[in-house]
Amino acid sequence: MNIVVCVKQVPDTWSERTLRAADSALDRDAADAIINELDEYAIEEGLQLAEAHGGEVTILSMGPQRASESIRKALSMGADKAIHLVDDALAGSDAIQTSAALAAVLQRAGFDLVILGSESTDARMGVLAAMLSERLGVPQLSFAGKVETDGKSISIHRQTDYGYDTVEASLPAIVSVVEKINEPRYPSFKGIMAAKKKPVETLSLADAGIDPSSVGLAAAGSEVVGFEKAPPRQAGTVVTDDGDGGAKAAGFLAERKFI
Amino acid sequence: MAEVLVLADHSGDTVKKVTYELVTLARTLGEPAVVWTGPGAADAQARLAEYGAAKVYAADSADYDDYVVAPKAELLASLIASAAPAAVLVPSTAEGREIAGRLAVKTGSGLITDATAVDGELTATQPIFGGAIVVTSKVTAGTPIIAVRPNAVSPEPAGAPGAAEIVPATADISDAAKAAKITGRVVQEAGERPELTEASIVVSGGRGVGNADNFALIESLADSLGAAVGASRAATDAGWYPHQFQVGQTGKTVSPQLYVAVGISGAIQHRAGMQTSKTIMVINKDPEAPIFELADYGVVGDLFQVVPQLVEAIKERASG
Ligand SMILES: Cc1cc2nc3c(=O)[nH]c(=O)nc-3n(C[C@H](O)[C@H](O)[C@H](O)COP(=O)(O)OP(=O)(O)OC[C@H]3O[C@@H](n4cnc5c(N)ncnc54)[C@H](O)[C@@H]3O)c2cc1C
Ligand SMILES: Nc1ncnc2c1ncn2[C@@H]1O[C@H](COP(=O)(O)O)[C@@H](O)[C@H]1O
Repeated sequence: MNIVVCVKQVPDTWSERTLRAADSALDRDAADAIINELDEYAIEEGLQLAEAHGGEVTILSMGPQRASESIRKALSMGADKAIHLVDDALAGSDAIQTSAALAAVLQRAGFDLVILGSESTDARMGVLAAMLSERLGVPQLSFAGKVETDGKSISIHRQTDYGYDTVEASLPAIVSVVEKINEPRYPSFKGIMAAKKKPVETLSLADAGIDPSSVGLAAAGSEVVGFEKAPPRQAGTVVTDDGDGGAKAAGFLAERKFI
Repeated sequence: MAEVLVLADHSGDTVKKVTYELVTLARTLGEPAVVWTGPGAADAQARLAEYGAAKVYAADSADYDDYVVAPKAELLASLIASAAPAAVLVPSTAEGREIAGRLAVKTGSGLITDATAVDGELTATQPIFGGAIVVTSKVTAGTPIIAVRPNAVSPEPAGAPGAAEIVPATADISDAAKAAKITGRVVQEAGERPELTEASIVVSGGRGVGNADNFALIESLADSLGAAVGASRAATDAGWYPHQFQVGQTGKTVSPQLYVAVGISGAIQHRAGMQTSKTIMVINKDPEAPIFELADYGVVGDLFQVVPQLVEAIKERASG
């Protein structure tokens, strides 16, 4: 099975994230960069499926030069090779354009199964799997908490508000995973050494056959009019329980008219 | 006045609160036209009218429940083509955003997700990075598609009810949209409690609760307040509470009037799902727990002492 895992490099959620004043884009230099946490689960699922059914796992990442660190980490977990789409013209792309660019590369590379995280920690849109499915005309199996395949058809548990749905489709297909699905492995020392020699194909927009005017800030379908730091929360009252903490809390709720 | 399409969120003929919120918002942007998939439109008609719906596009076909997301996007695309609405509003839930995403691609439109407000110029307000920054943005291509966060707008009946005229809508659903078939549905009941993302009060428990049985304590506090129950990932991972009640980055985003965090430390991934709650109360035995930074009212203490006393005090006030 030919499995492609889409991996995004994101600013670490623990470091402070800011927007650049000049263009309201994420200031990626200001924060530490890591693999989007959910994408590690996507990689793990890809590796497990390849181990069970044979085949190769390719990492696909669109992002600046610096994303190559995240790609190496994905390779050190055990993926076989990688494609890195990098081009200055991609800067400021939103989900719609990102999906167009990734779809073009996926079409060119070919796949039986594409696996994504269900959401990135920076954009938090959770729309990429749906958009790729729309663009590539293959089934959308998103928010998967469980994946089963026999190499021809695929079945998942799609997590919902009320529990889950069982969803079935035939391959090729797009899957996105939630963090309940598995426990991502840590790269072993051997894995880290091996990753250094694994092939990473670097593509520009021209290499991938993508029209530069279709991506980037200029082609975005929405524009940021302004942004501001949310006003800090007013410091609250903290009391220590001396046997009356519950009663005091009730007093607060009454004062605020919740009870 | 141009129509503003509102995708209804409902289960059977039970209309979810977010639908009323979106219709309330749509009134300020144009003429609200609800898009209803599956059966139940006629039963919901009067209630939708009360909130000002001028029209209800009723697409009564099983396809919308039998296949993942794509048929709903095709229906909306066909309505965009025929009704030329000023905007499309969908609930910013996992599924709502996916429908919006497909629709944006199909129609070459711009998309804004997680909006908490939309003004008359269709400028949307979005909190990002867990609420640390507030962005205002505008769609510049095609028909603005805006996913609005549940609980962000308060639902208000219209001064004069709308006609809520039922207009049968049929879209030819393509084979491609039927590629992912839903073959089973497992419903884990929430019982009588309000739905997590809709509730005006949420009481969440974390690792401090200790085990599944002790979650009864969280439930008793929730029930005394008429609240929904939430949980941190530590609690859902441990199997103490079902995963669909997880609040946070990879769970639900809630923005209730009151959020009560019990035995939760306040990891950034948890905060991402509750930070925009209007009032936050914390019960935690560790005074250094980061969740106290968000607290309007915090009690440093053992939850097994504090919560039962709180429940008693609430019940006393209710009866006295
Ligand atoms: C990809 C990814 C996604 C994630 N998504 C989410 C998410 O969606 N939601 C989420 O919640 N987390 C998420 N997390 C996990 C998050 O990082 C934290 O691990 C988690 O929120 C911790 O849960 P907790 O606060 O219940 O547990 P802990 O951090 O262990 O805190 C327990 C707290 O309980 C207090 N306590 C213990 N006993 C008592 C007592 N008797 N009385 C009072 N207080 C007591 C302790 O002082 C402590 O502060 C995610 C992590 C990753 C990597
Ligand atoms: N630039 C990118 N390169 C590769 N994959 C991406 C990129 N952006 C998003 N993805 C994938 O899409 C998923 C959902 O992202 P999002 O829709 O931005 O929340 C992520 O978990 C990734 O798997």
